[in-house]
Amino acid sequence: MGREALIFPYFCAMERSAVAEKLVEIVRPYVPEAELLTQLDEGSDFLKDLKINSAHMIDVVLDVEEAFDIEISDEAAESLQTVGQAIDLILSQAGASSGH
Amino acid sequence: MSQRIVVTGMGVVAPNAIGCSDFDQALRTGRSGVRPDSRLVDMGFACQISAVPPIQEDLLQAEFDPLTRRFLTSSGLVYGLLAAREAWRMAGLPFPEVGQAPWADAGTQFGTGLSGVEPLREAIYKVDEGKVRKLGSRVVEQTMASGISAWLCGMFGLGNQCSTNSSACATGTESIILAAERIRQGKAKVMLAGSCDSEGPYVWGGFDSMRVLVRQANGHPEEASAPLSARAAGFVPGAGAGALVLESLEHAQSRGATILGEYLGGAINSGGQLQGGTMTASNSEAVVRAMQMALQDAQITGDKVNAINGHLTATMGDPKEVKNWQKALNIAQGSFPFINSTKSMIGHCLGAAGSIEAVACLLQLRGGYIHPSLNAMPLHPDIADILPEKAIPQTAVEVPNLKIIAKSGFGFGDVNAVLLLRKWEEKR
Repeated sequence: MGREALIFPYFCAMERSAVAEKLVEIVRPYVPEAELLTQLDEGSDFLKDLKINSAHMIDVVLDVEEAFDIEISDEAAESLQTVGQAIDLILSQAGASSGH
Repeated sequence: MSQRIVVTGMGVVAPNAIGCSDFDQALRTGRSGVRPDSRLVDMGFACQISAVPPIQEDLLQAEFDPLTRRFLTSSGLVYGLLAAREAWRMAGLPFPEVGQAPWADAGTQFGTGLSGVEPLREAIYKVDEGKVRKLGSRVVEQTMASGISAWLCGMFGLGNQCSTNSSACATGTESIILAAERIRQGKAKVMLAGSCDSEGPYVWGGFDSMRVLVRQANGHPEEASAPLSARAAGFVPGAGAGALVLESLEHAQSRGATILGEYLGGAINSGGQLQGGTMTASNSEAVVRAMQMALQDAQITGDKVNAINGHLTATMGDPKEVKNWQKALNIAQGSFPFINSTKSMIGHCLGAAGSIEAVACLLQLRGGYIHPSLNAMPLHPDIADILPEKAIPQTAVEVPNLKIIAKSGFGFGDVNAVLLLRKWEEKR
């Protein structure tokens, strides 16, 4: 178990910037006004800043799961507010799934 | 003094044409929208032909954003939204801006028989596989019966009643009557009426099993839909949507709208599945009553009806309907107004039939013609006993003094809807 925890970080090969780029493409169609995306940063709030319909956040999460081949728990999905949090979650989950 | 109700916008997604301008051409030339359907062959249907609107990808790209295109998997909703957008635009009405208040005087009464079958099928598979969490947000809004009116409410920012009606194959005709009556009651000024239905084997399978679809004409699709004929042997399954913008005359004139036609009146009733009426057959006494109630509502007598656009599906209901019209309009033997069946070109579009065919009526009133009723000859003997062949045009007939068309729609459950449309003339 200790050994697994040690080698685990080496499987997190995915770059943060690559994840961010892929995430923006997933989110893009859900953002009602294209110009909102120009001000996007890691602090952007999906609902307040990007004005994504709250009912559609469930679709964003499903799209992220499919694109990154990960599973996001309901608790994690519900606490997801910002782009940065989503990147953290994707990186941790991608690492976890490739570590198995 | 009840206020006059006028039509200021029309839209259509039909198996033989998309949009009113091409639909007008299709009606004048008797263009059939019935084609072979390889899915029905592969699935072992007895009826292997259908009438499906030829929607092109570029139209969807022009009308819907990428997300809507991806998630809108119900063909019925796609047809309904396309027809409604054409009608809304033709009426010159505004699309809502972000942050604006809803339009309190405008609503919709848009019907459907079964419009969410595709997403429902996908959802059932996922639920059965234990993947309920993968359904996402787009199942309920498409599979709920009121999916179409919910979508239209948001698309046009409507603030009045937004409802979906459903009465089987009377749905489309009924929606127009319900919408008009709401305006008459003074509860709305503008109502978007219409109806839509999905296409495909999951909608049509039950009808195939009931042997009400034509099964002897797979080799010659364009001759398969034969309402009024001795050869009538069942209906061709179809799909699509029709939409009308109805408005109080006062409201239409105050905004300078182009008026396309007038709604004179209508009636909705049922036969109680008594006196020969059943789940699937009409009680003729109730049908006659509906026709007479519609005349009364329109404040006209039967002799004022220049043409009838019948329900006429190419089943054993056709001779009964013709007989009922004769009785209700009090028509003398041998004389008969023009009568035609739009279904001879577009098959039976089920819940969408009444609204598509109402658009056909308005186009004929505007253009002063009666469209051909394809494949009607030789006439069914019981119909030939009632009316002369010339009452059923085989090619389009110019009728410059065409003023009033009666439109009927009957549905499973023994339900009826009849309405009267008039060419627009301010002084009638």
